[in-house]
Amino acid sequence: MRILSVLGFLILAPFLGGLLDGIDRKISARMQRRVGPPLLQPFYDLKKLFSKQTIAVNNVQLLLNLSYLVFLMISGALLFAGTDILMCLFILSTADMFLILAASSDSSPYANMGASRELIQMMAYEPLTLLVAVGFYLTTGSFQVSEIIRQPLSALLFMPGMLLGFVFSATIKFRKSPFDLSTSHHAHQEMVKGLTTEMSGFNLAIMNIAEYYEIVLILGIFCLFIINRNPVSWIFAVAFCLFLYFIEILVDNACSRVKWSTMLWSCWTVTLLTGGINLFVLLLIQ
Amino acid sequence: MLIPVLIGLPVVTAAAVSLLPGSRLRELAVYTGAFAEMILTLLFLFQWIQNGSVPQLYYTNPEWVNPGITIADIALTGFILFLSARYRQWFPALLSLLQTGLVLYTEHTAVIAEAPHMMVDRLALVMCVIIAFVGGFICIYAVGYMKGYHHHNPKVADRRYFFFSMLFLFLGAMYGLVLSQNLIWMYFFWEITSVISFLLIGYTRTEEAIRNSFKALWMNLFGGLGFAVAIALLAFTGGNLQLSYAAEHGSALVLACLSLAALTKSAQLPFSNWLFGAMVAPTPSSALLHSATMVKAGVYLLIRLSPAFHGSLVGFMVSMIGGFTFIVTSMMAISQNDAKKVLAFSTISNLGLIVACAGIGAKETVWGAIFLMIFHAVSKSMLFQSVGSTENSLFSRDIEDMHGMLLRLPKLTYIMGIGIAGMYLAPFGMLISKWVALKAFVDSGNVLLVLFIAYGSATTMFYWTKWLSKLISQHRTRQEVADVTHRDEYLSMYVHAASMVGLCLLFPALAFRLVNPIVLELFGDAKTVLSMSVMTTMVIMLASIVFVPLSMFLVSRAAHSKLVPIYMNGINIGDNTHCVGSFGQEEHLYLSNWYLRFEFGRRRLLRPSIYFAASILVIVFCLIIGGIS
Repeated sequence: MRILSVLGFLILAPFLGGLLDGIDRKISARMQRRVGPPLLQPFYDLKKLFSKQTIAVNNVQLLLNLSYLVFLMISGALLFAGTDILMCLFILSTADMFLILAASSDSSPYANMGASRELIQMMAYEPLTLLVAVGFYLTTGSFQVSEIIRQPLSALLFMPGMLLGFVFSATIKFRKSPFDLSTSHHAHQEMVKGLTTEMSGFNLAIMNIAEYYEIVLILGIFCLFIINRNPVSWIFAVAFCLFLYFIEILVDNACSRVKWSTMLWSCWTVTLLTGGINLFVLLLIQ
Repeated sequence: MLIPVLIGLPVVTAAAVSLLPGSRLRELAVYTGAFAEMILTLLFLFQWIQNGSVPQLYYTNPEWVNPGITIADIALTGFILFLSARYRQWFPALLSLLQTGLVLYTEHTAVIAEAPHMMVDRLALVMCVIIAFVGGFICIYAVGYMKGYHHHNPKVADRRYFFFSMLFLFLGAMYGLVLSQNLIWMYFFWEITSVISFLLIGYTRTEEAIRNSFKALWMNLFGGLGFAVAIALLAFTGGNLQLSYAAEHGSALVLACLSLAALTKSAQLPFSNWLFGAMVAPTPSSALLHSATMVKAGVYLLIRLSPAFHGSLVGFMVSMIGGFTFIVTSMMAISQNDAKKVLAFSTISNLGLIVACAGIGAKETVWGAIFLMIFHAVSKSMLFQSVGSTENSLFSRDIEDMHGMLLRLPKLTYIMGIGIAGMYLAPFGMLISKWVALKAFVDSGNVLLVLFIAYGSATTMFYWTKWLSKLISQHRTRQEVADVTHRDEYLSMYVHAASMVGLCLLFPALAFRLVNPIVLELFGDAKTVLSMSVMTTMVIMLASIVFVPLSMFLVSRAAHSKLVPIYMNGINIGDNTHCVGSFGQEEHLYLSNWYLRFEFGRRRLLRPSIYFAASILVIVFCLIIGGIS
């Protein structure tokens, strides 16, 4: 069962992520009164990227990008295997670190700026992810994902604050406005393509696939808030994820990018207000 | 009996280094002394295992040692008085007089039950191994380093043999400190470390060095005064000066005074200033103060006392100060561009975590604290050494100047990289210990500490990653750099790097064979903190951190990519450093890290946090003295 779930993640996640990306583009286009690309456009893009001649600015970027991908896969595999969520989150940030190293390895001004901003983004969302893991531990008595999804009641009931905070900081993870500082899905930015400026062809394809894994991984963590012993909860979880993703798209289209300090302080404040208070309450009722 | 030899050998080496004629002989003495100390420590360890691996007590009635220590105490005070008079510093002199007077008075008036003066148990042995190996290799490193140092700093008077002697004396004092069970003995060694660190910091004899060394002296003597008060209280109330007695029956005030001493030694807020100031000394002394000795003496004492902290007001004070120090100093580390300062802040920050763990005083937290201590010692010593050697080659220890160091000084960069990875990355020891600490903080129900660790690990990650990304940048500079690192420096750094990786691989063994029994000895029972499945995950992770980059390396080797210049929003003239802008002028590219000085600068954060930490101390002391708790 575990093996199946892990294999399912490793094989299906890029397709699911790509599909979500396709839907995202379509919905965004409709919100802007455009027709938008076909639903499968992300896959066409990938195909094209893979077919291109590999051009790079140095030899280590590919190595670091591939490590980013593999660590994301490991992190997701840990989640879908039902093991420790804290370990999964730690490896997620290790993966992210490889992306930052990949971007700053090329000494390029725009990529470097993107890397620095990505680092700020990590610093902004990291406290909340840790608190979420702690929240799961307090509500279910375990860091093990397999235990968390076998509770009689959904974790959501005990940690609404954490969920709210996580929705807030997931905007960073999904690279959506107003927190798409390091790089975004849209063109016309003040720093070219930020983080991915120097990535092309195979390199960029790897980075995109890794992002698809990450989207599925984050949505998987959202599911943990909903899923309980009752199998019906799984349907609710999926519906909830789709709803969340829609909200993120809406926010993306309705907001403009903020400055890094606004992002950092707002994220930290929200973390403190939602996660911190929720944590306090959880410790009190324990 | 090996204990006198263990403490005596560094002293003899110190004497030999300063008295022998000729530099060859003196260097030989350093090597011999360091290696002999390591071998002796191993012998000591095996002897202890042969005797049944149980805590052993020694010297119930040491006839001539006690008067000897009294005389040495007086001599030490005289030395401090002399230096204070010479540099017109009245405060250290006053502190020193007060505490020595108090201890001598106590010793000769109070009736103290006869008890063993030294104890050898697992925790003491772990400390001995750290001191012997980390400390010993730092001494060996220093031989090569000081050659380069004096070559580049011709203005500084060459007193390197004095420097080596001080390093060895420090090691000897540390052995005495960790093996002592009697508090007067421990206090004596405690004072020696204060004085030697003062001498090491003042090595260059510049105005700044002298100022900083006196700052270190008075802060540590202030802690020493706390120690002396604790001794007096214990002697006059309980008539017993055993460390174990203090941990079991010590009153709140005794524990608070001992904690005060430990907090100053470990440079926790509000006493962190002396450790920043200690940066003026040559790097080996920083490596020694930050990793194997000085600051570890403080946390060692706290770990010994930790069973008494559980659920008490003093424990609350200690854990709050530790947790607060952890987060604030990790924020301040972000705004530093001097590599040694970043290391200093990170030391204080990590020690804060250890102190917080010890202050909670639960089995799991102490388990985490011991691990943090072991990993931190190796990692930090390695980092300081690599920064020191880099400074000798690069003539700078500014992280900005380390841009593209991977191509310029590859060997040093790898060592530095392993050290940094060891400080915060996924499968390495520090992170696992942090994980244990987080879990234990949650279990102890302390919201603030959980928040501190959540935010603190984010800020910690920030300053390490940005350093790492500087190192790894692929950038060729115009000036060629020659690696002038000596062979003994590399020997020490390679050993450190290998033991870092080895410690991670042996993590489960270390947990079950070493740290669990230590917790058992301290608390009377122990439970396995990390379950086996977690351990397996960890080993898989460790394997993946080795195999993933390796296999990816091979894959990317196989992929042939065409190399092109970077995009610069202008015409890249081909060297990736200059471009021609839209007005036809040539622009020079300079890349800098983010330091967020306005947000996290020392100027902004240090003062308020010192006041905050000091007020915690004052309030808790008032509560205890007022008898509220």
